[in-house]
Amino acid sequence: MKSPDRPAGHGGPVRRLAGMLHRRPYLRLSLLLSAPLLWLVVAYLGALAALFVAAFWSTNVFTGDVVKEFTWQNFQDLVTLDVYRTVMLRSVLVAVLVTVIDGLIAFPMAFYMAKMASPRTRRWLVIAILTPLWASYLVKAYAWRVMLANDGLIDWALGPFGAHGPGYGLPATVMTLSYLWLPYMILPIYAGLERLPDNLMDAAGDLGARTFRTFRTVVWPVAFPAVVAGSIFTFSLSLGDYIAVKIVGGKSQMIGNVVYDNIGVANNLPFAAAVATLPVAVMVVYLVAVRRTGALENL
Amino acid sequence: MSPPAQRLAVGLRGVRKIFGDVVAVDGVDLDIRDGEFFAMLGPSGSGKTTVLRLIAGFESPTAGTIHLGGDEVSKRPPFERDVNTVFQDYALFPHMNVIANVEYGLKVKRVSKAQRRERAVEALRTVRLEGFEARKPGQLSGGQRQRVALARALVNRPKVLLLDEPLGALDQKLREEMQVELKAIQRQVGITFLFVTHDQEEALTMSDRVAVFNAGRIEQVGTPAEVYERPASAFVAGFVGTSNLIQGEAAESVLGRTGIYSVRPEKIRVDTHLNAEVPVGEHAAAGTVAEVVYAGAATRFVVDLDAGGRLIALQQNLQTSSMDVLKLRDARVRLAWRREHEFAIREDVPPGLVMDGPPTTVG
Repeated sequence: MKSPDRPAGHGGPVRRLAGMLHRRPYLRLSLLLSAPLLWLVVAYLGALAALFVAAFWSTNVFTGDVVKEFTWQNFQDLVTLDVYRTVMLRSVLVAVLVTVIDGLIAFPMAFYMAKMASPRTRRWLVIAILTPLWASYLVKAYAWRVMLANDGLIDWALGPFGAHGPGYGLPATVMTLSYLWLPYMILPIYAGLERLPDNLMDAAGDLGARTFRTFRTVVWPVAFPAVVAGSIFTFSLSLGDYIAVKIVGGKSQMIGNVVYDNIGVANNLPFAAAVATLPVAVMVVYLVAVRRTGALENL
Repeated sequence: MSPPAQRLAVGLRGVRKIFGDVVAVDGVDLDIRDGEFFAMLGPSGSGKTTVLRLIAGFESPTAGTIHLGGDEVSKRPPFERDVNTVFQDYALFPHMNVIANVEYGLKVKRVSKAQRRERAVEALRTVRLEGFEARKPGQLSGGQRQRVALARALVNRPKVLLLDEPLGALDQKLREEMQVELKAIQRQVGITFLFVTHDQEEALTMSDRVAVFNAGRIEQVGTPAEVYERPASAFVAGFVGTSNLIQGEAAESVLGRTGIYSVRPEKIRVDTHLNAEVPVGEHAAAGTVAEVVYAGAATRFVVDLDAGGRLIALQQNLQTSSMDVLKLRDARVRLAWRREHEFAIREDVPPGLVMDGPPTTVG
């Protein structure tokens, strides 16, 4: 063994390196963060920047080549042409509906899991909620297509009541997306409610509050940031979706489809980029709004 | 036990509570008088907190009835009972500031805004927390939170205030301060206080009467002096104060009687003059000092009796110093006490509960 009073720098190369790193905290930090930072800046922010710049280019109508000259034309088209305004509003509406439906389903479920279920039941429920996330998105979307088909499962189930399913279209899209993103709403609310001490509800009851008042004045304010955290997932995932709507949405289009069609069929990359900045802008506005609720600390 | 003429704040009759296959409360009868400061004392798992939760309405009894001020409330939810609770970890609403926490109960009862504020401020003054109205619970110390919890409950002027280990989370110093203060507040507001504790000293110092719980049952109800000086069972003798039992052969040869007897350590005199005459009205037993524990104001002697068994004697250090008393280890001594300080203990307790070894503090 080396004598204990021997300075670290005088050992082998590994020891020397360790000693050097120990004395230079900045070197340590840059070694630790260089790879993730490179990824974040180049691949992630770089791609976003490229998208943003490309949104101001145009294409040559005859050759289809990208013309790298600054123009507001894409954004002018987006604002002035009715079809895009409709698609934009429709997408936001779908995202809002999906978020509200998921919130309404997820809250009681999460409350039961966090506050009422036995530890055993709770474990099984968490597994049951996570399992669908392991299945392919496409499989789940096509499963809904089968269920929503004419004379499919939903028509058959509603038949005895003289009703039939919504068929393919926007309602079907909302249903499918609500199903797909439900776990992303349940899990944050569940985590938020787990942090709510049980005896706060006892305390409210003790002070004379009935069940609904206890919910309104104690449970909801404490859980609200968690609900907002869940809504960020469901809202942004719905806003950018273009596959589910293709599978169950009939002829309906969402922002994602416009982007997709402009990359593919129309071969207008700059316009696709311009359209793609819209959901990004909407999400930025949304995040700024929810930042004030403290929800970002719940993510 | 209680004079029938006196008004009752709380009355329990044959209350049982079973969780799954665990019997938490096993047939409790209890009367608490109006305006009393009443302690429920017992080790953890003895059912005292469950009894408190049954009275508050957070649990409903498996069997038996609960009366509050003459009305049966056994089936009523918490919000229809005229009691308020101070929770062990306070259960303050984290998203509301202090004044909103205190006003909560009044707001639920639709007390007007001006009156609400006035009463809340007054309640905060009672617990000496003026000027903290706008703070959030997260910005308060443990002792301050405890006071807010107290104010939040007191402001509703309930018939009975329930306190679940109210001082459990505080440090020793603050705890002693709050003991005195709680007692003063209770005298000032005149509300019945019913509190749960596992700390025998706390129960003895604060309460008018104490119920000692063990394994879901009440072993004894009485004033602190009754419970301490005349424990009804070996369990009470051991849990309230230091267990000091004379039993079996020792009882026969020293006291001339059979049975189990309890003598409190501070009633026993340690005498180094073995052959001095035993004064009239006293009992004496010779033994060897097994251990001497110097504790500042007093010294604890653990003495093995020649007749069998072991007694602990507590002597004030009036004239002696630590050097003097420590020399007495292994010395031959005689223990003497007045006969009126020995009490027969009920023998119908399970043998496992009779603790005849020395307590862990001297072991």
